[in-house]
Order: sequence, then C-alpha cells, then structure tokens
Amino acid sequence: MPNFETVEVTTDVLICGGGMAACGAAVEASYWAKKNGLKVTLVDKAAMDRSGAVAMGLSAINQYVGVKDGENSIHDYVNYVRNDLMGITREDLVANIARHVDSTVQLFEKWGLPIWKDADGAYVHEGRWQLMINGESYKVIVAEAAKNALGMDNIYERVFLTEPLLDGKGNCVGAVGFSVRDDKFYVFKAKAVIVAMGGAVHVFKPRSSGEGLGRSWYPPFNSGASAYFTLKAGAEMTCQEVRFIPVRFKDAYGPVGAWFLLFKSRATNGLGENYMETRRDELQNWKPYGLVKPVPANLRNWLMMLDVMDGKGPIFMRTEEAIGKIADEVTDEKERKKKLKELESEAWEDFLDMTISQAILWAATNTAPEEKPSEIAACEPYFIGSHSGASGAWVSGPEDIAHKDHFWGYAQMTTVKGMFAAGDGSGASSHKFSSGSHAEGRIAAKAAVKFAVENTHEPKVDAAKVEELKKTILAPLDRFEEHKNYTSDPDTNPNYIRPKMFMFRLQKIMDEYAGGVSTQFTTSKPLLEKGLELIDFLREDSLQLAAEDKHELMRCWENVHRMWQAEAHVRTILFREETRWPGYYFRSDTPKMKDDWEVFANCKWDPASNKWEMMKREIHYVF
Amino acid sequence: MPSFVIADKCDGCKALDKTACQYICPNDLMVLNKDLMKAYNQAPEMCWECYSCVKMCQPQAIEVRGYADFVPLGAMVTPMRSTDAIMWTVKFRNGTLKRFKFPIRTTPEGSAVPDGGYSTLPDDLGDQLLMGEPESHGCKTDMVPVK
Ligand SMILES: Cc1cc2nc3c(=O)[nH]c(=O)nc-3n(C[C@H](O)[C@H](O)[C@H](O)COP(=O)(O)OP(=O)(O)OC[C@H]3O[C@@H](n4cnc5c(N)ncnc54)[C@H](O)[C@@H]3O)c2cc1C
Ligand code: SF4
Ligand code: SF4
Repeated sequence: MPNFETVEVTTDVLICGGGMAACGAAVEASYWAKKNGLKVTLVDKAAMDRSGAVAMGLSAINQYVGVKDGENSIHDYVNYVRNDLMGITREDLVANIARHVDSTVQLFEKWGLPIWKDADGAYVHEGRWQLMINGESYKVIVAEAAKNALGMDNIYERVFLTEPLLDGKGNCVGAVGFSVRDDKFYVFKAKAVIVAMGGAVHVFKPRSSGEGLGRSWYPPFNSGASAYFTLKAGAEMTCQEVRFIPVRFKDAYGPVGAWFLLFKSRATNGLGENYMETRRDELQNWKPYGLVKPVPANLRNWLMMLDVMDGKGPIFMRTEEAIGKIADEVTDEKERKKKLKELESEAWEDFLDMTISQAILWAATNTAPEEKPSEIAACEPYFIGSHSGASGAWVSGPEDIAHKDHFWGYAQMTTVKGMFAAGDGSGASSHKFSSGSHAEGRIAAKAAVKFAVENTHEPKVDAAKVEELKKTILAPLDRFEEHKNYTSDPDTNPNYIRPKMFMFRLQKIMDEYAGGVSTQFTTSKPLLEKGLELIDFLREDSLQLAAEDKHELMRCWENVHRMWQAEAHVRTILFREETRWPGYYFRSDTPKMKDDWEVFANCKWDPASNKWEMMKREIHYVF
Repeated sequence: MPSFVIADKCDGCKALDKTACQYICPNDLMVLNKDLMKAYNQAPEMCWECYSCVKMCQPQAIEVRGYADFVPLGAMVTPMRSTDAIMWTVKFRNGTLKRFKFPIRTTPEGSAVPDGGYSTLPDDLGDQLLMGEPESHGCKTDMVPVK
C-alpha cells in the first residue's frame, strides 16, 4: 500500500462539501455549536472560494419568495414547484425552504452581494421568483461568511471525500477521504454528518466530446458524491428518475432565463413557428399539469423536442425581436440608444457572470443579439435536485409541517441516523437553487447540532474497517505501479482500466440504454435491463481502476460515485412504469402518465445484503 | 485548449508553496511543471472555462481559447478583476471590441459577518427559527406563516 499518513480528525458536526448548501450549513452550525460547546468541521475537494456549481458566479438568485413585500406566499411557491414537477413533490420540504430563503437572501445582501434595485429601492425581479444580481463574486462572498464563521482551522480544502463511515449499528459516524495535495488519508469522526457535495454530471455522454467535453451545463467537478454517500450508507433515496435536462443556448450552454423572463423573448423553429403555440394541444395529454401556468419546464422541453424530432430545427431564441420590441417602446431617439446600450450590457453580463464560454462563442461567431437570433437546444441529462430535477436522499421534514410519515426526529435527516442531506443531496424538494440550497443547508445544520447535543455518545469506528477502506481507496495507485511497465504505453494495458475510459464506458451505456442524447432521451424496459447488465460488468471492473497520481486517484473515485448514481437512476426509471416528465425522459413502452403512479418512486441499497429495494411512497399534500 | 498559460508571462508564482492557479481551480487542473517553473492545464478537455484561474493569476499569464471542437478561432474574452468591480474586454472574430464593467461586491473583502448583525429570538435550538430570524425576514410576524 502507498505510504499515506493517516490523519484522524474528531469533531461533532461534519459538513461534507463546500458549496452553497455547505456554506449555509457552516454559518448556521457554527452559531448553534458555539452556544453548545460543539465543534464543526468542513471538508471540500476544492477551494471554497470557487468550488461547486457557483464557481463562476451567477447572474440571478432564483429563489426569493418576498413574503415581507407581500408579493407571494409560501403556498404560492409550493404550488409552483408541485406543478412543475408534475405533482411529485414533498410539500413539507419545499415549504420549509421557502419560509427561510428570504432570510438567507437578506444575509447575502449584508455580506456584500450586489442585488439590483429599481429607482424606489425595490429588488429588480427577473421573473416572479428570481432576483437580478451582479453575481461574479457570489460564491466568494458566501464562502467568506462561512470561513469567518468556522475559522480556517476547521476547514479542510483539497480533501476528496471518498466513503461514508458507519458504526455497524446503522449510524453514520463520519467519512474518509484523501488529500489530492499531500500523501495523507483522512478519517473524520463525527456525531452528525451533513452530506452536501452537489449533484452529478458526466454520468451521461455530453454532446461535445472533444475539447468541449468539459462544457457541460453542470460543472464537471460535481461527480455524484452526495448520491454515493447516501446510497452507500443505506439511506432511502427518492426521485432518482427525475434528472434535469436544461434547454440552453446551443453548444456553450449559456443561460436563457434572462431572455425568456426579463426580455420576454420567444423561441421559434426553423420555419419561424412558435412551438409553444403550434404544439399547444399536446399539453392536453399531460393534464392537469399540462394546463398550469407557467407550463412545467419538462413540458416546454417536450414541445421543443417534438419539433426537433420532426426535423423542424434549428430552434432559435429570437433575441433580435425581443430587443427590438423593448427598444421600440422608447420613442425619443437619444433615450432609445441609451436603452439599447443598457440591454446590450445586461445581455452580456448574463453570460459573463455565469457562462463565460457563451460570451466567447458569441464573439467568435460575430453575434450581435440585436441583429440575429441564436440557436438554443436541450443539453444532456444531469442530476441536480436543487434545480429543476429532484433526485436526492429521502429526508425528514420539519416537525411543525411534515405529515407523520415524513417526520423522523430531525429535519433533513436521511433514514440513516446521524446522516443529514441538503442542496443537491436531498430529493423531492426541487427549485431551491442557490439561495434555497443555502437556506436548506442552514436548516440541516441546526437539526444536526440538535442531534449532536441529544446523542452524546462518541462516534465508534472500527479501526480494522478503516484500515481496510484505506487499502481499497489507495489500491488504484498500487495497481498502476505494479503493471505500468508491462506495456510500452501505460494507457493501453490489459491489467487495468484508467478512469477516463471507465467514464466513457459509463457514458456510452447511459447514453444508449438509459435515454441519453443519442436516443433523443427515449428508453424502455428492455433497453434499461440491458443497460443494467452492462453496469454490472462495469462495477466488477471498477476493482481494476488504476491511477498514476493523486489527481487520477480522485478521478477513479469520482467515476465510481457516478456509477452508483447511474445505477440508482436506471433502476428507478425501470420501476416507474409510466412517462411523467416527457421532456426529461420518455419510456416508449409506457408512453403515458398514469394516475396510480402519482407516488414517489424510492430506492435503497442494503449494505448488509448488497441488494436493491424499490418502493412506492404515498404523496401527502400539506396544502 | 480551454485555459492556457502564456509561457513568457508565468513566473510560477515566484516559487511560493502553492501557485494561485493550482490553489483555485475547482477541477484540480492547473499544475506547475517544476523543471520549467511554469504552470499548465493538465486536462483541457475537463475545463469548464470558469475563469477562476484567469482571474487569480497576478501576471495575467492565463487566457482562454474557446473549445476547439465548436468555437471558431479568433475571439478572446479577458477579465480584469479588482476588489469591487470586474472589467471585461470582449474581442470578436471580426475585430470588434466591447468593454463591460460590473460591480462584484458592496462591502470590503473579508468583512462578511456570519449572522449579518441580525438578532435571533427567542434563540432556542428546539424551535424552527434559524440564526438571525425572525429579524432577517423583515416580517412583522414572529415566523413566516406557512399556510
Ligand atoms: C450552470 C448553472 C447555472 C445556475 N444558475 C443559477 C442561477 O442563476 N440562480 C440560482 O439561484 N441558482 C442557479 N443554479 C443552481 C445552483 O448553483 C445550485 O442549486 C446550488 O449550487 C446547489 O448547491 P449545493 O451545495 O447542493 O452544490 P454546489 O454548490 O455545487 O456545491 C458542491 C460542493 O461539494 C464539493 N464536493 C463535491 N464532491 C466532493 C467530494 N467527493 N469531497 C468533498 N467535496 C466535494 C464541491 O467542491 C462543492 O464545494 C445554477 C446551476 C448551474 C449548474
Ligand atoms: S497563477 Fe499565473 S503566474 Fe502563478 S503559476 Fe499559475 S499561471 Fe503561473
Ligand atoms: S478555467 Fe476553471 S476549470 Fe478551467 S483550468 Fe481554469 S480554474 Fe480550472
């Protein structure tokens, strides 16, 4: 075994991840821990200033309810989310986030995030729930508050968390991982563990597979650790079938929200038709959700996809039309010029704040949005339960709102004692976005501190088990050393598989069998069953992953994490014998929505028996 | 390429124990070639073009060339980030230049106070109120009504 020093860290509350949810957890946990004499520790695989989905910045806060402004109620938000997810929603979780998210947004503003204000000092909305921001430093600012709360001594950056630690009695008591900088193996022992390591990308094959492989909409550095940790601990998972496929500007995946919501742009096909009008009748097939306003994201996708499948592309965002319309409302020539300049700046900032690649693509194709339209397209499938997908762990709701079946002692706790989840880590509470994830991290943290106060026993970890984990986790380094000289090129070697090819194999399976881009997101029972068979071989081969250095060792385990997310996904699509979100995936053998499937499709992997269990869970509406 | 390092401009962060680009890249892509004391992107096809490394590099040695498999050559997008604003220069393939400047924060760097100065009442681990609530809601009621 490579000579890695084992470093043990004992703490009370362990925060896994350093993104939006984790930073929320950090400020909140520190506050309550201080009062109760507890210690909080945070571990991130990257540098918190720029880790996770908000690394580049964002141009909008997508969840703000505005209760104090009398604009909306919590109930309004819950309705919006339930309808967008075709009824499959934990209203207790959504309501809980919604009632705390405004306070999180107030904190962001205090910390220094520039939120746009109108002449009267009111927030400028992009849409009903979205606020416009100058968000280049969004993550830097949110991380700063988290660091100030925790103190740098309690933060471990560049430690890749690999496995959850269990005590053999069903409690989660920490996590292990390794440093990608020094030869160190970390063992974190804790009374309560918060899983907030984001969602997953590169499970499916991306549309660009050359240099643009990394230009997925979702950041390539979130690789399914949240799903893996909760699954491997034996926690019940929910909505594992509810992937997200965003429609974005084609190829560089720049955001469309400002165009649709702020600039009121239309999208039309190659013949100039607006699919939202020409395909309106199709919405009848997805009643009652097909008839709500706004039309659910997946159904908007679906109408567009129908045009694409009919060969009616390309699909254009009519930027020139939208800008023209807004400018035409100003009659004074000088004012009109000023308005145009302002719109141009807003349009570019939208990209520069959160998808700089799109600005490069516009510049490289000499695109002036006021002159010509730009193509939009569906990206590939991602797992991001905090956005318009819903996959994640099945967690307890809050005591005062949750139905009795949905409450088990501590808000945000998974079905594994001591293990909490937030952000992309928790499921069935979609549309929390950056602000709601932060708020949910805070909710989880307060509950986790309460858990640590009420469950005072020291975390028990079997030393032999830890040693075994260390051996398994570092094994790819040994394997490479042992076999690399057998062939003249270490890349092609029959004794092992390197993580990049392993990832490509996973992506090919998912793309072709589980409804990826190449099958226009369509799959069926026989395809899924064949896919599972191939994932089985892949799992066996994961024991032959090889790594040249610590960076590649991280890549090995990232892809194992992805593989587990993939399997949970395939099993759940297979289990749900209907099509409910046609713009996310289409089951050709069960092409319609069915009333008896208006339930949660949950799954669980049992560590003791190594078996998967699939189950239906009833929906309890709070409102 | 996506992010690339201009050899002449990179000073290896003057042999400090960690280089800025390596410190910040969320995908662990930037590494220092110890022989040349120059940094490089070890897996350009895994780059998100997030510009974190570009913004951090003091001598401005890092630039981004759009993904070659779908971006025509000739464009360049360059940031200059100060403590309170960012200035972007966008160079089009046809030579057009555009400049945009946006604020990035309203407070001095490092000054974020975790609870924002809001008081927490009644300050009980057992209730539903989070740090700074209800004051930070700005609502008159004790708790944001759910129903
Ligand atoms: C392109 C894009 C645009 C978006 N636009 C908006 C928007 O305009 N407005 C909005 O409000 N929301 C937006 N969102 C949504 C928002 O970014 C997410 O909802 C939010 O970041 C989720 O928070 P999180 O903490 O769950 O994950 P993240 O913020 O992604 O954080 C994940 C963290 O886990 C760490 N991590 C991962 N694996 C490991 C591991 N194995 N060990 C240790 N650490 C690990 C990562 O380094 C990171 O710190 C957007 C998302 C994307 C991808
Ligand atoms: S930050 Fe800039 S100067 Fe420092 S090593 Fe990286 S490229 Fe070179
Ligand atoms: S642009 Fe972002 S992902 Fe690419 S090397 Fe720089 S920091 Fe890393």
